[in-house]
Amino acid sequence: MSDLTRLSASEIAGLVASGAASAVEVAQAHLDRIEAVDSALHAFLHVDTEGALDAARAVDKQRANGDALGQLAGVPLAMKDVVVTKDLPTTAGSKILEGWRPPYDATITRRIKQAGIVMLGKTNMDEFAMGSSTENSAFGPTHNPWDLNRIPGGSSGGSSAAVAGYQAPLAIGTDTGGSIRQPAAVTGIVGHKPTYGGVSRYGLIAFSSSLDQAGPFARTVFDAALLHEVIGGHDECDSTSIGAPTPPIVAAAREGARGDLSGVRVGVVRELGGEGYQPGVLASFQAAVETLRGLGAEVIEVSCPHFEYALPAYYLIAPSECSSNLARFDAVRYGLRVGDDGANSLEDVMSLTREAGFGPEVKRRVMIGTYALSSGYYDAYYGQAQKVRTLIARDFATAFEKTDVLVAPTTPFVAFDIGERAADPMAMYVNDLCTLPASLAGTPAISVPCGLSEGLPVGLQVMAPALADDRCYRVAAAFEAATEPVLAAIPELSG
Amino acid sequence: MDVSPALPGRRAAERRIGRSRASVDFDTVSESSDASTGRISRAEVAHLARLARLAVSEDELDLFAGQLDVILGAVARVGEVAADDIPPTSHAVPMTNVFRADEVRPPLPREAVLAAAPDVEDNKFRVPRILTDEA
Repeated sequence: MSDLTRLSASEIAGLVASGAASAVEVAQAHLDRIEAVDSALHAFLHVDTEGALDAARAVDKQRANGDALGQLAGVPLAMKDVVVTKDLPTTAGSKILEGWRPPYDATITRRIKQAGIVMLGKTNMDEFAMGSSTENSAFGPTHNPWDLNRIPGGSSGGSSAAVAGYQAPLAIGTDTGGSIRQPAAVTGIVGHKPTYGGVSRYGLIAFSSSLDQAGPFARTVFDAALLHEVIGGHDECDSTSIGAPTPPIVAAAREGARGDLSGVRVGVVRELGGEGYQPGVLASFQAAVETLRGLGAEVIEVSCPHFEYALPAYYLIAPSECSSNLARFDAVRYGLRVGDDGANSLEDVMSLTREAGFGPEVKRRVMIGTYALSSGYYDAYYGQAQKVRTLIARDFATAFEKTDVLVAPTTPFVAFDIGERAADPMAMYVNDLCTLPASLAGTPAISVPCGLSEGLPVGLQVMAPALADDRCYRVAAAFEAATEPVLAAIPELSG
Repeated sequence: MDVSPALPGRRAAERRIGRSRASVDFDTVSESSDASTGRISRAEVAHLARLARLAVSEDELDLFAGQLDVILGAVARVGEVAADDIPPTSHAVPMTNVFRADEVRPPLPREAVLAAAPDVEDNKFRVPRILTDEA
């Protein structure tokens, strides 16, 4: 049999459903791959060998009994460590949660298990999802399978590296300001941020609650749609969950793969490009726009004048919300406790614990948020950022009056070297330049590989109006069908 | 990790700033700061750290003062946008309050929750002392 780790999720599901491969064989092949290459990649914080094999055996038993199997039954998945998993270590990349085993499953964890998807383990990430490189993990960086000296993106860098490195055909990420799309772009895979509220946040360790959204990583657009369909849909445990059903994303991915975009109006955002963008990224993007035109799309240039304020608005709103959300790490109910020597007060113990348990980026953001929410500063910072958010949403609304989707590069530059930007927070923040507008507007956006620059992957971002995730999948699938697979050029990792 | 050197700095900051916690008030430390440029002093970082319950070290005060100054200067650009008549957006998708039926549901088992706690006594979370002599 050909190498099971090279197959797409839908191919694997087909083999398992037909009996051509058992779910246990599939799981073991991926566990072997992890064993062989994860010392080089460090994509995983925890590999759940026994749990994965148990889940696979359950799928094989269901099949033997003639029970109906889910569309992705027996397909392995890598789970970002910000998603809680019952009895399985969950750290969010932070020392403050080292050793914690949650007493419950997140809604998306529960849905993944019910679908017969085989969870291989938990993936590395920037601490509490704050970062764009996975260098902010308390447990060491993840390496990009394209070049081990480079970052795999972030904050979901363990998940992107696992999928690009053939450790898993599917992964879950979370995206607050670009943490699915940017890692997907710099590792040459597909990643989708759903409409805010499209996927339940119940059981996601909160960073910025008005922005956080979980979504799929995969090597094909169709696989991403299949996983999105499993995790999406209303959840009464999340009061911000949308009541409407998930849009027809799987059908849209099928439709798109036919390669016809006649009648689709594609807007190119003038403000997302130009100075500061790598020439190779812009060249790949221009070629991608021509490809879309060749597929029948009508290409229109649009202006979104407030997008340039997305970065300052985001870096006020997200830290403000995180300073509030991270107050729960108080050394009382779970996680680390430091300095409880009988002499220190509760407040001292809290301060010592948070000092020891949080890394520098988390501390910076908690303090920025504390500042921005303070009396006397609230209106000028947080209040003003929320108004800018309104203006960005209006820019989208205006652009979508004459377009069906908007396109832009996913990132201004390809994967950079580990350590290159770590000492300068602002140099790190500009990674998110192109992904932040859709985060602030709550609109869906997908990143699909669109070529190489300096031998490294470039991502095409396709943005759609809220609740129209299907448009992202349709356009991305059409683009994918018309182009050579980028991942075919990835160098072989020595095992 | 050795965190003990952090305490003197934090306590010194507390002495400078006072222990008021009734409201977040920057007036006591903001003489040198200007919201429009994001200038932030070392003492202000100490105050923020105290509000955020972070026992930062002396070295971190220097590091963060410089970094927060740059970041706050950059994000202050939101002030360039004329937005007086623009309503704020807290959530991108319109949200209304959600009610559910007031039904009793089984909670997490007590032992499963306490198993994750850093310290437990008599089936309860054990916490360090809350009242101090200073109070």
